[in-house]
Amino acid sequence: MAEALLFPLGLTAVLLALAALAAGLDAVLVEGPAAWRAPWQETARLARQRRRALASADRLLWRLGGAGLLVAALLMAAVVPVGGRPVADVPVGVVWFNAMDVVVWAAVWCLGWGANAVHGLVGGYRFLAQALSYELPLMFALTAPAVAAASLRMTDVAAAQADRWFVVEMPVAFLVFCVGVVGFSVHGPFAHPAGADVHGGVLAELSGVDRWVVQAGRYALLAAGAAFGAALFLGGGTGPWLPGWVWSLVTTLALLAVLVAGRRLLPVVRPDRFVEAGWLVLLPLTLAQVFVVSVVAVLRAGGA
Amino acid sequence: MTDLVTDPLRLVEVVAFWALAALAVVAGVLVFRWDSMARVTYALATSFVAVGLALVVVDLHYIGAVTVLMMVMEMAIMAVFMIMFMGMNPALMPMDMTHRKRPAAVVAVATFVVLAGGALLVPWERLADPVPGAGSASAVGEAVMGPKMLVMMTVSPLLFATLVAGVVLASHRTRYDRLGDDLRRRPADDPQPGGVGR
Repeated sequence: MAEALLFPLGLTAVLLALAALAAGLDAVLVEGPAAWRAPWQETARLARQRRRALASADRLLWRLGGAGLLVAALLMAAVVPVGGRPVADVPVGVVWFNAMDVVVWAAVWCLGWGANAVHGLVGGYRFLAQALSYELPLMFALTAPAVAAASLRMTDVAAAQADRWFVVEMPVAFLVFCVGVVGFSVHGPFAHPAGADVHGGVLAELSGVDRWVVQAGRYALLAAGAAFGAALFLGGGTGPWLPGWVWSLVTTLALLAVLVAGRRLLPVVRPDRFVEAGWLVLLPLTLAQVFVVSVVAVLRAGGA
Repeated sequence: MTDLVTDPLRLVEVVAFWALAALAVVAGVLVFRWDSMARVTYALATSFVAVGLALVVVDLHYIGAVTVLMMVMEMAIMAVFMIMFMGMNPALMPMDMTHRKRPAAVVAVATFVVLAGGALLVPWERLADPVPGAGSASAVGEAVMGPKMLVMMTVSPLLFATLVAGVVLASHRTRYDRLGDDLRRRPADDPQPGGVGR
């Protein structure tokens, strides 16, 4: 019973630590090595800042949307096996992750709507347009490892990679998955809903602790996505010499660093430009990937 | 009741189920009490999510997770369309989700009585019954998933074809507008150019 309480608390602490690392790395890459303190300074600044009050803001949707990002990230992380053991070993972990990344749709839109201000609303609509383009490729990218492992349970998917990591067998699915993670954490090339051209979009009217919760939620989503990707494609805590949890941590940190660093390499994509790329390039590619993985799975099952 | 006392996990499940059931009903009522289109849409989404999570609690994991996934996605898009297209700009002014109140109330009460009566009066089999699969719950399952399965499977492509046909018929611009009379114009003439220049 005590374990049932300690495990989620530990998960929250680990996820927030990963989010802080990601935010620190992000600041260092953008502003130079001296900026490693930036996330902590920002935390201290926001902790002292007063909440901004807006005329006829829909406070309920606004606050729920803001908290929703962090909650979705935690619920995603709950099904990630660390060294072969998740907090919640849901039989449909892959679908659960997918459901939680869709919760982000509602959260970001409510965040934009709730402030009752133009820039936030523009940001909210931008996010939905962007989400419509990355979501289907992401869904099929999630399908590929589940087909190969013949299970939606994350512990099975991780165990199926004991011989070979799935990233080797399905590189396209892995890349599209990474696109999806960056997309739902409103980060890097997909930060247009929070873009500077709309004064921060969904972030524009946020202040104080509300702003902190949203920013922490965005980095936590990136971290949860990286942890899930490590479990789904990068061996899931299987590897030589080291114990499972070390492998989980190392692969998660490596993927998280790559996702954060991508921000420096790629420009921001406008949702209207990304629609065709998502539907006409990424979606057919992932479908072809799932087809190949399925044929291989059938052949292997027949041979065994 | 005895296993509720002895097994704390089972007790947690029962409490979670009833809490989610209550949340589903309360959120459903709020759909008709709140006067903002955005809130109403997300109250409905909350109600569906509570039902999905209740399904997860009774070990219908896949259906539960998919219910959460589909309903949140659907309501996120629906909010946008409702706010765009409903008359009198109800998104920005106080609105009311109830229309033709008297007939609606009669239909709602009648439906509730029929469904709740059915749920309570039908002698459902218990899991502890000696012959599983012989009772009325299994019979309902057989009826839906057995002989009627062909209908179920035909309905979904039919609905989808109708949707596609409807969109094609309602579309303001056709491929001739985009690609010219001989369909040879490249790149296409689009009011909103896409990312791959098609």
